[in-house]
Amino acid sequence: MTTELLERKAAATAEPTFDPRIDGQRLMKEWYAGLAEAPKRGQHVANVFVMGNAVEILRTFDFQLVFPEINSLQSGVRKASEEYIRLSEDYGMSPDVCSYVKADVGLILKENQHPAGLIPKAHIAVSSNMCSTFIKWAEIWERMLKIPTFVLDLPGQRGANWQVRPGDAQHAADSRWVEAQFRDLIEKCEKITGKRFDMDRLAEVEERVNKMVYHWNNVMALNRMCPAPYNAMLDGLTYIGIMNVYRGAPEGVEFMRRLEEQLKAQVARGEGRVAEERFRLLFSGTPCYVSMRRLVELFESWGGVFAYSDYLTFAAGGMDSGELVYDTSRPLESLAEVTARAAQRGLSNQFFAHERLEQQIRDYAVDGIVFHGIKSCRFVSSGMADTRDYLNKRLGVPSLYIESDLIDPRYWSDAQIKNRVDAFFESLHQRGGGAPLAAKTVPAEAGRTA
Amino acid sequence: MKYVAGVDVGSTQTKAIIIDGNRTIVGRALLDMETSMVTVAQDAFKAALANADLTEDQVVHIAGTGYGRYKVTFGHEQVTEISCHARGAIALFPGTRTVIDIGGQDTKAIQVKPDGQVGDFTMNDKCAAGTGRFLGAASYALEMPLSELGPLALRSQNPVRITTTCTVFAETEIISHLAKGMLPEDVLMGVHQAITSRCVSLARRVGIASEVTFTGGVSRNVAIVKLLEQSLGMKVNVSPDAHFCGALGAALFSHDRVFGTQAAHSLQPAAVAA
Repeated sequence: MTTELLERKAAATAEPTFDPRIDGQRLMKEWYAGLAEAPKRGQHVANVFVMGNAVEILRTFDFQLVFPEINSLQSGVRKASEEYIRLSEDYGMSPDVCSYVKADVGLILKENQHPAGLIPKAHIAVSSNMCSTFIKWAEIWERMLKIPTFVLDLPGQRGANWQVRPGDAQHAADSRWVEAQFRDLIEKCEKITGKRFDMDRLAEVEERVNKMVYHWNNVMALNRMCPAPYNAMLDGLTYIGIMNVYRGAPEGVEFMRRLEEQLKAQVARGEGRVAEERFRLLFSGTPCYVSMRRLVELFESWGGVFAYSDYLTFAAGGMDSGELVYDTSRPLESLAEVTARAAQRGLSNQFFAHERLEQQIRDYAVDGIVFHGIKSCRFVSSGMADTRDYLNKRLGVPSLYIESDLIDPRYWSDAQIKNRVDAFFESLHQRGGGAPLAAKTVPAEAGRTA
Repeated sequence: MKYVAGVDVGSTQTKAIIIDGNRTIVGRALLDMETSMVTVAQDAFKAALANADLTEDQVVHIAGTGYGRYKVTFGHEQVTEISCHARGAIALFPGTRTVIDIGGQDTKAIQVKPDGQVGDFTMNDKCAAGTGRFLGAASYALEMPLSELGPLALRSQNPVRITTTCTVFAETEIISHLAKGMLPEDVLMGVHQAITSRCVSLARRVGIASEVTFTGGVSRNVAIVKLLEQSLGMKVNVSPDAHFCGALGAALFSHDRVFGTQAAHSLQPAAVAA
């Protein structure tokens, strides 16, 4: 696929107004409305995670996809997560368990009544080893809802400083291993839906994913401009939501195309997310969905903008990387190759976080980095101390560590977090303050990836 | 002559310091948090004025710090206690590179650069273990004033190991050890060791470099000072003004605004609710 294929000729007629926030919210609303209607449409339903999920295969079979992680985070965004979490704790779950899981168990206990609408029961759950909790989570569905589970075993890290490279023998073997599992999954989907697998449809879905990824990478690159046209941890979360939920769907392609178009225009006009961008920051870790708007407000009040977040890398399920493009002339093999590579990148995330962040610090010309530890997820938080130490000592990049949770509001302590944020900016000021805009030139290379 | 002030509104006490143009402390006050934060902040400032024999109009700039810094409603700016303790510690001991501050609910470790900038900092999170509150629990369980805890602990020959990290459970554990017939000084030494251990662990996260300056109310406890020095393997600076370090730092930031080059409010964020 070449970039020329994606460039559209100027439209003859003006397109309707596009607002990424409003249109993003509309799409999410439509998504949830569609979920509730799936049984009436006679559509089969699949539970999937955002990473390592074989969504392309499931879309080929026209499954209605349900993302339990997104259901949980949406309950947080809608300030309703505590009720669901408490229900699961009353049921017997420990406070230490992942709050996404607990909110989902609470949802089951509330007979699938989500704040956004009714969540249909799945006919199959596709899980994977991308997170150790995924497997146990799927077991909960098996036990509580009798949903059959298909667990993908995606090869990950084999040893220190080891990385699989495309084209090497290990990657070829990993890809064959994944492809064999995909063939098993296809067989299972054929039995559930009564439909024959259609390779051409898979290629069509992949073509749409390729287009979305192309626009996504350009959108990410546009935030290398100063001022940054969007906040990676507020606007970016809307974008990634659409990327995941509408992955491989025509609506997703259109949203991403128009988003890129609008951000390009915004950059051309020199419009930034904040009136006066004084500090460019990188957010490392998973968001605190219950209080993300508040957290961003605390940073933006100092003129601090999150130009990038590695969350937009690892929660994109591998879609962020330029080399992960499907070869639609051999759809299944290519899907396996890309999945194996994306999984390896995801599973080795902590081992190479320092290298990746070092590159992103340069690409996005950030003044500081903010680490967000998650109380109920040690998996994403455990490597932060090493990474922080490395970046501080090797690069002298100032950093801030704050801790709360994904969606459990009981772990959000506003006074403590505000205190840390204020102290962080005071120290940034002491280092010389926010450079005037004119002094900051951040090269934007559309299409380049972090 | 113009004067400036710093008011540190903490969780258990409020401290106020007034300095002159030469950065000399001319007045101070320390009040327990018995009424509302706003009232105590005002009372502490007035007490410091009385201590300095000054009138309100002679103090031209006031900086608030501490968790209640936004309650210093009569002040001109707010600065976090992290910046203020670093600034105050450097003023008290210019060779300071690490600040350990143990207050009523907070323990913090601050890495200070040679030029006085905050390099890095870390604080206890959502838990009062390893803070002054832990000593408060011991004081309550032993029915003994805080000021007597340190000297008694130093008489210990066989310290008891306090295993809980929870301040609430610590009280139960202390009572349990006393019920088993353990000597109060041995139990107390265990409490002091637990606090020091938590605090040193926190400080190691930012890196401990000499000189270490110990600030905050707990710095008046002789047993903690001794244990800190043993754990760190170096002498720890403790000033008689250590308790006022945050307020002093705030006063010095005020001094910058009035007598220095920095414009007032240049460090302030846009209006965000505290």
